[in-house]
Amino acid sequence: MMKLEIITPVEKVYEGQVESVQMPGSQGSFEVLENHAAIVSSLEEGTVLIRKASDTENIDISGGVVEVLNNHIVILAESVTA
Amino acid sequence: MPNLKEVRNRIQSVRSTQQITKAMKMVAAAKLRRAQNQIIELRPYANKLNEVLKNVSATVNPDEFDNKYAEVREPKKVLAVLITSDKGLCGSFNSSIIRPFAKLVETDPVYSAAHKAGNLELLCIGKKAYEYFNRRDFTINTDYMGIFASKFVSFDEVKVAAEFVMDAFVNKKYDHVDIFYNQFVNAATQEMQREQFLPIAEATLVEGQEKVDTEYIFEPSQAEILEVMIPKALKTQFFKCVLDSNASEHGARMTAMDKATENAGDLLKELKLSYNRARQANITKEILEIVSGAEALEKSA
Repeated sequence: MMKLEIITPVEKVYEGQVESVQMPGSQGSFEVLENHAAIVSSLEEGTVLIRKASDTENIDISGGVVEVLNNHIVILAESVTA
Repeated sequence: MPNLKEVRNRIQSVRSTQQITKAMKMVAAAKLRRAQNQIIELRPYANKLNEVLKNVSATVNPDEFDNKYAEVREPKKVLAVLITSDKGLCGSFNSSIIRPFAKLVETDPVYSAAHKAGNLELLCIGKKAYEYFNRRDFTINTDYMGIFASKFVSFDEVKVAAEFVMDAFVNKKYDHVDIFYNQFVNAATQEMQREQFLPIAEATLVEGQEKVDTEYIFEPSQAEILEVMIPKALKTQFFKCVLDSNASEHGARMTAMDKATENAGDLLKELKLSYNRARQANITKEILEIVSGAEALEKSA
């Protein structure tokens, strides 16, 4: 399990334990699973697909930056459209 | 002796003023809480952004990345962003921006030179600075004045203003941009700040030169990530200034209205005293008249 946070300047949109996260990287969509190497990537406008143990969730973001470090994913987005 | 009726009217009017200031104080307190919350909500985003930015800029190859927002030019064309409020009745909140700035225009070499050459432009956020400087000889951009008109300060609106400033800087419309705003210290104290917005001060990037212990993969590349992140960091900085000013405004208004309520209370006390004194004097006079009248009757009887 990894910890995912999606943060905007206005609020923390999402915080929780997830199985995997798929996001719109600027060089194509990519997915982060457990024990992913430390990475910083910029994100395009698109959908973040969150897979949890039992269900999935979609969050649309307006582009941003993601940092993955020690099974902790932080997505910084300027705005989200739920 | 003051006229009884006059004093009574005066008391009535002071009392209703007190009610108004009291209500305004409570409204300001509620708005202050909301404004403070917005600052708190911004903090995790701003912190994380700066942290990642530091990591990236510490490892980037300077030759690879040309930061167009850090380009230092001779400050001929200057833009000053003045953040004030739309409404008054908030103590010295607005004059603490307007007055030092008016002085700066006269004394600061960069500002006075730009002003004389007609190259100083003001971007007013909040009406008060506009109302003051519009009567004087200034070029004012009013496109983003209404940011405080809505119930919440929205990031989207502030973002547009920040983007305008950043684009204008990159397109060499301005060489230097400062933001003047009230920093929120606590509900009773605000500090006027002059913050250099563009070009990005050298110190911001030097700070990132510390060693980074994690080896990150950068995708697509450090330079391209910086390209995306620096504008974001700038917008965040701009947003923070606006939020700070917003919280300061409500703090200042709350303090001012609290003081006004207190003063009205003091005034009421004094007025009541003189009202009672006048009333007592009237009664004494009446008793005196009755007694002397009775005495005169007795004598004649």
